[in-house]
Amino acid sequence: MELTVLNETSSDSSGGCSASACGSSNDQLSHLPDAIREKVHNHPCYSEEAHHYFARMHVAVAPACNIQCHYCNRKYDCANESRPGVVSELLTPDQAVKKTKAVAANIPQMTVLGIAGPGDPLANPERTFDTFRRLSAEAPDIKLCVSTNGLALPDCVEELAQHNIDHVTITINCVDPEIGAKIYPWIYWNNRRIRGKKAAKILIEQQQKGLEMLVERGILVKVNSVMIPGVNDEHLKEVSRIVKAKGAFLHNVMPLIAEAEHGTFYGVMGQRGPSNEELMELQDECAGDMNMMRHCRQCRADAVGLLGEDRGDEFTLDKIESMEIDYEAAMQKRALVHQGIAEELAEKEKKRAALAAVKVPSGPTLDNAHFRPVLMAVATAGGGMINQHFGHATEFLIYEASAAGVRFIGHRKVDQFCIGNDTCGEKESALAGSIRALSGCEVVLCSKIGYEPWGLLEEAGIQPNGEHAMEPIEEAIMAVYEEMIATGRLDENTSGNSQMSA
Amino acid sequence: MSLSIIESCVNCWACLDVCPSDAIYEDKPHFMIDAKKCTECEGDFADPQCASICPIEGAILDAAGLALNPPGSLTGIPPEMMDKAMAEIQAR
Ligand code: SF4
Ligand code: SF4
Ligand code: SF4
Repeated sequence: MELTVLNETSSDSSGGCSASACGSSNDQLSHLPDAIREKVHNHPCYSEEAHHYFARMHVAVAPACNIQCHYCNRKYDCANESRPGVVSELLTPDQAVKKTKAVAANIPQMTVLGIAGPGDPLANPERTFDTFRRLSAEAPDIKLCVSTNGLALPDCVEELAQHNIDHVTITINCVDPEIGAKIYPWIYWNNRRIRGKKAAKILIEQQQKGLEMLVERGILVKVNSVMIPGVNDEHLKEVSRIVKAKGAFLHNVMPLIAEAEHGTFYGVMGQRGPSNEELMELQDECAGDMNMMRHCRQCRADAVGLLGEDRGDEFTLDKIESMEIDYEAAMQKRALVHQGIAEELAEKEKKRAALAAVKVPSGPTLDNAHFRPVLMAVATAGGGMINQHFGHATEFLIYEASAAGVRFIGHRKVDQFCIGNDTCGEKESALAGSIRALSGCEVVLCSKIGYEPWGLLEEAGIQPNGEHAMEPIEEAIMAVYEEMIATGRLDENTSGNSQMSA
Repeated sequence: MSLSIIESCVNCWACLDVCPSDAIYEDKPHFMIDAKKCTECEGDFADPQCASICPIEGAILDAAGLALNPPGSLTGIPPEMMDKAMAEIQAR
């Protein structure tokens, strides 16, 4: 496959995505028509860049579901949109509207409100649309989005179009009923519980029909897929082709998370999730010239705040009950803050253009083209800088450096527990978790790192690097890559990640 | 004749939305079926609606007290696998 060169030209929309923060936004969004890019450029779920400046929140108003997925236990939230094992506090539409306004007034960066469960929002049409209707009227400066398994989608498109909801996420795991029957044990359809291939066939037809109807009406559609090794991993390439041909603007492949303690079919039956490498490989293959969303953090459905932070505790039911919100005043303040962010982004955009020269290795590119790409991990607390202690990182951003420049690949969470089934002990340390999260990377950049992890990382073939603390991520990565070239570390086909090479 | 809901119910609202007789109500600690209102969907649908959408095995009982969705029938997890997995988790 071709490696994407970072798009150096300034985007024309004001406050467009600057790649210097994360590097993903430009290659992700550059192919989109201006109107769509304008719609998503400050959407924290779609743009890695925006993730640093804007926040999203979800409200849990939709508890019921109309299907069963094998990776979900309905004691917990919808596993399509939340990490498994999470329980959100259920709100009435009234409480949800109150909470949204309270958060918007206190966190002006909050620009997107989503309904994503705890069940399927469109299996709860009254609760979902009541919430949307009221928010469109009372808080028109908030964007609305919704995610669904797709079964009830065709019936809801008209209503969605009326409420001016411009982002819909459909979880599509297959287009083949044979495969679907291995993922969905049953659906509730036309007042009956339907099982097996027949059920999967109906679900698939509804998902595809819903996708087509939304695209017809100009509503943005993102497709999520859960990668289940041995079940739909190969098949997702076809899914990607199809949803792209039908006009989905983003396709996001997420790893299956299955643990016996979640009590799900896959968890109990020992179905494994994909390794980091398998996930990355599939994401690359599905990407083609299609957008692949790589920064989705599978955040909690009821999380509130910016990039990884959760301020949900400030907005519990009893706290919002006692808050008095003057939303008119809040809207004015919000507009000012949004303008400030737009200016900051424009400023960064300018700087980025000036720094563009350092993004490819110095010297004629031809000379460097034969050097293999290298994966590097970065510990960052945001702002596009290397500014986090290795030991404090709960996730790492993964970049690929090559002769073509620096490319954002995705992020990896540091899980405290094992993803494989029996390859590692149960009570392994956070450090071992971090090292596993970094598999395939050759360098990890952070602001500081302790003595013990340093040694263990080196043993694992990952070079820790604290020399670029407080520097912008992409320039630092390129500097390290150039140093690797200069010191001959890339000369022969030494150890490395073959799946990343062009 | 009436169905009933027992404590394994997770309060997901699914059954309440589909009951044609308005027989299901929210209650603590779990949803309930009003025995006087429940028709077992007779005359409205071939299958009792609450038991056709409920995602939780064992949560809804028929008039005789038997689970309409017995263990394994909804998740596809064989009950002995579930028992084994739970025993393993508890032993940790
Ligand atoms: S759609 Fe969501 S809530 Fe429903 S079974 Fe699937 S993962 Fe669970
Ligand atoms: S059996 Fe039918 S009438 Fe009775 S509670 Fe269930 S849905 Fe309602
Ligand atoms: S559908 Fe089942 S779990 Fe959900 S509220 Fe009704 S009885 Fe409880």
